[in-house]
Amino acid sequence: MGEALHEIALTVNGVVREVRVPGRRLLSDCLRHDLGLTGTHVGCEHGVCGCCTVLLDGEPVRSCLTFAVTAGGHEITTVEGLAGPEGELSPVQRAFSECHALQCGFCTPGFLCTVTALLRENPAPTGEQVVEGISGNLCRCTGYQNIVKAVHRAAELAAEADATPARTGEHA
Amino acid sequence: MKPPPFDYHAPRDLGEALAVLAGAGAGGKVLAGGQSLIPLMNMRLAAPAHLVDINRLTGLATIEADAGGVRVGALARHAAVERSADAARAQPLLRSALRQVAHPVIRNRGTVVGSLVHADPAAELPAVLAVLGGSVRLARHGGGQRDVPAGEFFTGPLESALRPGELAVSAFFPALPPRAGTAFREVARRHGDYAMAGAAAVVVLDEDLRIVSARVACVSAGPVPVTIDVSQVCDRRPAASADWAAVAAAVRDRVDPEADIHATADYRRHLTGVLAGRALRAAAREAAGDGRDAGEAGEPSDG
Ligand SMILES: Cc1cc2nc3c(=O)[nH]c(=O)nc-3n(C[C@H](O)[C@H](O)[C@H](O)COP(=O)(O)OP(=O)(O)OC[C@H]3O[C@@H](n4cnc5c(N)ncnc54)[C@H](O)[C@@H]3O)c2cc1C
Ligand code: FES
Ligand code: FES
Repeated sequence: MGEALHEIALTVNGVVREVRVPGRRLLSDCLRHDLGLTGTHVGCEHGVCGCCTVLLDGEPVRSCLTFAVTAGGHEITTVEGLAGPEGELSPVQRAFSECHALQCGFCTPGFLCTVTALLRENPAPTGEQVVEGISGNLCRCTGYQNIVKAVHRAAELAAEADATPARTGEHA
Repeated sequence: MKPPPFDYHAPRDLGEALAVLAGAGAGGKVLAGGQSLIPLMNMRLAAPAHLVDINRLTGLATIEADAGGVRVGALARHAAVERSADAARAQPLLRSALRQVAHPVIRNRGTVVGSLVHADPAAELPAVLAVLGGSVRLARHGGGQRDVPAGEFFTGPLESALRPGELAVSAFFPALPPRAGTAFREVARRHGDYAMAGAAAVVVLDEDLRIVSARVACVSAGPVPVTIDVSQVCDRRPAASADWAAVAAAVRDRVDPEADIHATADYRRHLTGVLAGRALRAAAREAAGDGRDAGEAGEPSDG
C-alpha cells in the first residue's frame, strides 16, 4: 500500500512550484530531491548543524525540521535565490568570498541564509550579536574568524549599496 | 534519518483539530514547531500514526499580556514571545529564559506551549512555568477546557498530564507581585545546548526590603522541574545580608539529579546549588530595585 501523497504549492525563490509529496517528506528533501535545488545541504537531520537553513517567509528555519506539507502555500528562499537576477552576488555572498569565509563550502548555504536574515533584521550588528546570530551554524573547516569578519563586511557592503543612490542625489 | 510514515492532517480551525485528534485517539500527536518532535521522528524514536499540524491555526498565535500575567497561545513561537515588549514587562523571566532556549533559528519555529507539553526536564520553560505557579489550558473535542497547574502538569521525563485527544491551547505565566524580582541561570556544554544544570528564581521582598519569599525551579535536576522554597533559609533578612551560601547548600541538599555522559550526579548537584544561589541573589537584587537583572556579567564566582 502506497503512502498518501499531498499536492502542495511552494513559492521557491519567487517561482511557484507544485509537487506531490508524502506527509513525511522533509522540506530539505523536497527542495533537493523533488525540486533539484541541491544548494541546501543536509548535515545532521536533527537541527544541530544549521547546513539546511533556508528562509521561510523571510525567516531562517531548519528545513530538516520542517515538513514540506507544512510549508505549502508559503515562500521559501534557498541559497540559489540569494543572488540578483543577472547572477550578481548579494552583499552577503560577496563578503563571504572576499573574506575567505569558506573552504569546503558545505556549511556555507546555511550561513548565507542565516546571515541574510540576520542583517535584514539588524543591519549593523555588534560583534556579540553576530556571534549569537550564527551560533546555530557549525563550520568544521574554515573556523569562525573569517565568517564573523564576513558578516561585518556584508553589513558594510549592504550599507554602501543602500547609500549610493541617495549620495549621488545629495552630494555629487 | 528519515521520519516514519504517518497520516497527515491539516485542520483549518480549532474545532476541526480537536475532532481529528479525538478520532485519532492514542495514535494522534499534535505537530507545532516540530523542533522536538521531528528530530525524534527522524531518529525513529517516535512514530505517531497521525499528525495533526496546527500551523494553519493562526488564531492560536496569540500573546496576551496584562497586569495579571502573560497568556501564550499554542502557535506563539519562542522568537515572538522573546521579542514581545508587553510580555517582558508583565513577566520578565520569560524573556531571560527564552534567550537560553536553543539557537535563534530554532526559536523562529519552536513554540512555548510545545516546549511545555514536550516536558523535557532539561528545558528552560517548564522550570519557568513551575517557579511562577503558572498553568496550561487543555481542550478536547466536545469536552470544554481544563486548566492544569504547573505542579500537576509535569508528570515525568517527556511526560505531561495531557491525555490522548487533548490539545494544549495556551499557557499562562502569572505576573509578579510588587517588590519581586526574577532571574535565570544555567550552564550548558555549548551555547544553545540543553542545560547541564540551571535555575529559575523568584524573590519577593516586604516593605522594608526583607526577603519574604524565595523560590527556585531547577533544570536537569530530576524527572520534572524541581521547585524548592528557600524562604525559611533566607530568614526574612534584607537581600544584601542574606546568607547565600546557606541558600545554595539548602538547594544542593534537596536535589537528586542523575548522572549522564555530560556530568556526574555530584557535579550536577554542586552546579545546581551554585546556580540557584546566583539566580536567587540576582532576583533579590532586582526586587530591591537595583535595575532589571542583566545576566551573568560581573557575577561573583563564588556560590
Ligand atoms: C538543536 C536544538 C536545540 C534545542 N535546544 C533547546 C534548549 O536548549 N532548551 C529547550 O527548552 N529546548 C530546546 N530545543 C527544543 C525546542 O525548544 C522546541 O521548539 C520545543 O521543545 C518544542 O516546541 P515545538 O513547538 O517545536 O514542539 P513540537 O516539536 O511540534 O512538539 C513537541 C511535543 O509536544 C507536543 N505538542 C506540541 N504542541 C502541542 C499542543 N499545542 N498541544 C498538544 N501537544 C502539543 C507534540 O505532539 C510533541 O509531542 C532544541 C531543539 C533543537 C532542534
Ligand atoms: S541538517 Fe538540518 S540542522 Fe543539520
Ligand atoms: S567551509 Fe567546510 S564546513 Fe564550513
